[in-house]
Amino acid sequence: MAKFDLNDDGVVVIVGSGAGGGTLAHELTRRGIKVVLLEAGKRQSLATFSQDPNVAFAQLTWLDPRTTSGTATVFQDYPTLPSWTAKTVGGTTVHWTGATPRVRPWEMKTRTTYGELKGASCLDWPIEFEELKRYYQLAEKRMVVTRRNGNPGLPASNHFKVLYNGAKKIGYKRVHTNYMAINTRPADGRAFCIQQGFCVQGCKTGAKWSTLYTEIPRAEATGKLDLRTECMATRIEHGPDGLVNGVVYRDSQGKEQRQKARIVCVACNAVETPRLLLMSESGKFPQGLANSHDQVGRHYSHHVGGFVWGIFDKPIHMWRGTTLAGIVEDETINDPKRGFVGGYHLEMAALDLPSLPLAGLPYNWGRDFASIMEHYRSMAGIFINGEDIPRATNRITLNRDVKDAYGLPVPNIHIDEHENNGAMRAHAQKQAKALYEAVGAKRVVHTRQTPSTHNMCTARMSKDPRDGVTNAHGQTHDIKNLFISDGSAMTTPSSANPTLTIVALALRQAEFISREMAARNI
Amino acid sequence: MGVLVDAHASTEQPERREFLKSATGVITGVLALGSPLALIAPSRVWAADLKVFSTAEGAALMAMTRTIAPHDKLEDAAYAIVVQSADSDVAADPALRKLLTEGIATLGTGFATAPEETRVAQLKKIEQTPFFQTMRVKTLSVLYATEMAYRYFGYEGEAYSKGGYLFRGFNDLRWLPEVPLADSGPVPAKA
Repeated sequence: MAKFDLNDDGVVVIVGSGAGGGTLAHELTRRGIKVVLLEAGKRQSLATFSQDPNVAFAQLTWLDPRTTSGTATVFQDYPTLPSWTAKTVGGTTVHWTGATPRVRPWEMKTRTTYGELKGASCLDWPIEFEELKRYYQLAEKRMVVTRRNGNPGLPASNHFKVLYNGAKKIGYKRVHTNYMAINTRPADGRAFCIQQGFCVQGCKTGAKWSTLYTEIPRAEATGKLDLRTECMATRIEHGPDGLVNGVVYRDSQGKEQRQKARIVCVACNAVETPRLLLMSESGKFPQGLANSHDQVGRHYSHHVGGFVWGIFDKPIHMWRGTTLAGIVEDETINDPKRGFVGGYHLEMAALDLPSLPLAGLPYNWGRDFASIMEHYRSMAGIFINGEDIPRATNRITLNRDVKDAYGLPVPNIHIDEHENNGAMRAHAQKQAKALYEAVGAKRVVHTRQTPSTHNMCTARMSKDPRDGVTNAHGQTHDIKNLFISDGSAMTTPSSANPTLTIVALALRQAEFISREMAARNI
Repeated sequence: MGVLVDAHASTEQPERREFLKSATGVITGVLALGSPLALIAPSRVWAADLKVFSTAEGAALMAMTRTIAPHDKLEDAAYAIVVQSADSDVAADPALRKLLTEGIATLGTGFATAPEETRVAQLKKIEQTPFFQTMRVKTLSVLYATEMAYRYFGYEGEAYSKGGYLFRGFNDLRWLPEVPLADSGPVPAKA
């Protein structure tokens, strides 16, 4: 691994080592570009991942304080966890389930497709689907996605048999074990899935793709990567020319450091990315960096989410097997006759015993709650994953009244869900209930919105600088050597789990950055 | 963290133990026959020492955790682990200590022995308070992570050390038709 000088102003500094930052680091370093990768979390490994869900949660989760406002029920149901992201090398690619559906072509043109929705800030992406598709194909090869490129699907677990048969009985056609970045056979130097569950605690076999043990060690092997763990970026600095020239951070000892940079790429997930831009306010940029049109932090999107649990009288053992290997795609359409625009996925989802009462049955207690838990052996779960309608007022701001351990203002998350979300969620809950009842569920219960692991759009790509923060390459409209390299740059959230799209965009961005560097444009 | 199984507890009064030990309070019980702990414990009688809570406070919290997550056949020792965990939290956090001891005081002296419907009615009234929410989250996060709960609910936990569930029942469900290969995938061959 390389070690670059703090005063080396030829390096690219990437903040965050997840799907976007980790992939970008590999792509730049393999082209010979020097990269300093700052990661706030520690570095774990297959050996240090814990199989105690509570320990794993504490080991991997971003638990720095955040405040909330707005009417979103998730803030009431999960007061300490408004979103569920990771603080560890590899970021959310350590915690993710491996699901890799693509954004649908019409989901990249929501303003055109859905028209003028009241209280919404839908926008067409500045990229065509055909252009993104090229990078999807590259990403799917790299991540060894099942059911793509001739790779077989994951086998059907007990849990999937319930989803599949229920879905078929109510007439769904597109039901399968999902597109998953999980090896079904040894590939990419990684083992295959042994159906152990525990996908979100960190995959101990490495069958699930994560930048922690793919992109990052490969970047290190180039001799061009300087990965600095437990380093929390607090400010991006710029020169009199308005170009960024360095990143201030606290190192693992809590000491302030200042790394000079030729280019800065921000990939801290959709809450911390805008927070860092806003905290970098200066005399020249009093509203924060890349914020001349007051777009940073706005349009914060998650997914219309929530669990539906079917309770049966025969054993299922949902914890045995890959956590999320099952999907119904039939509702991933835009059919306003259903009473809402946009579509959703029904994704099979299991929770381990310790996590079920907290994450899956959040506001319950007493006899009724206990009676559900008593059926743990014979439960099946669906996670709803639908398109969130963006709103300019759903946003990340700095809460200057509350400070974190560094004395910095904490991010405030504000959400008032668009009414379309409620209609979509109700439809999805009704369909999931019918699905389970078709195969004999005695009872079906559901949650409201759950803490989102899918956080997007807070520094979105836009054709017109007045509508967003970056251009189609994640390059900020205001500052040409400042890039957004995570899901914050997605124009709209779609109904797809975002990791594949983030990786695809990072591959595309890496080509752009290296080309522009070679041309001395940045 | 764990319940201290103490063979002497059966012959000593809790009050005497309290006096003799540095612990403030103690909660005691008898392990159910067939409990995993009963196999290894020197006696079926158990006692959990408390560093901060008194015996009466411990009993009130025991009753509270059972009201929050009432599984009649799940033994008291599992709930005692929740109380012990809360006790150990408050020992390190004065603000939490204040929250919980004041909260327990509002429950009143009869709470621990009141019938369930009375306890439920009382807790319903304080459902939105930080005291109740803290104890609710504490109960759920500790109780269902105990070995006793794993056994009780039939949860098999981690399987990595045993080669996963691939050959240990991940697809042994037979009460529904099998899934066509086109919509799933091949089961890897046993090495």
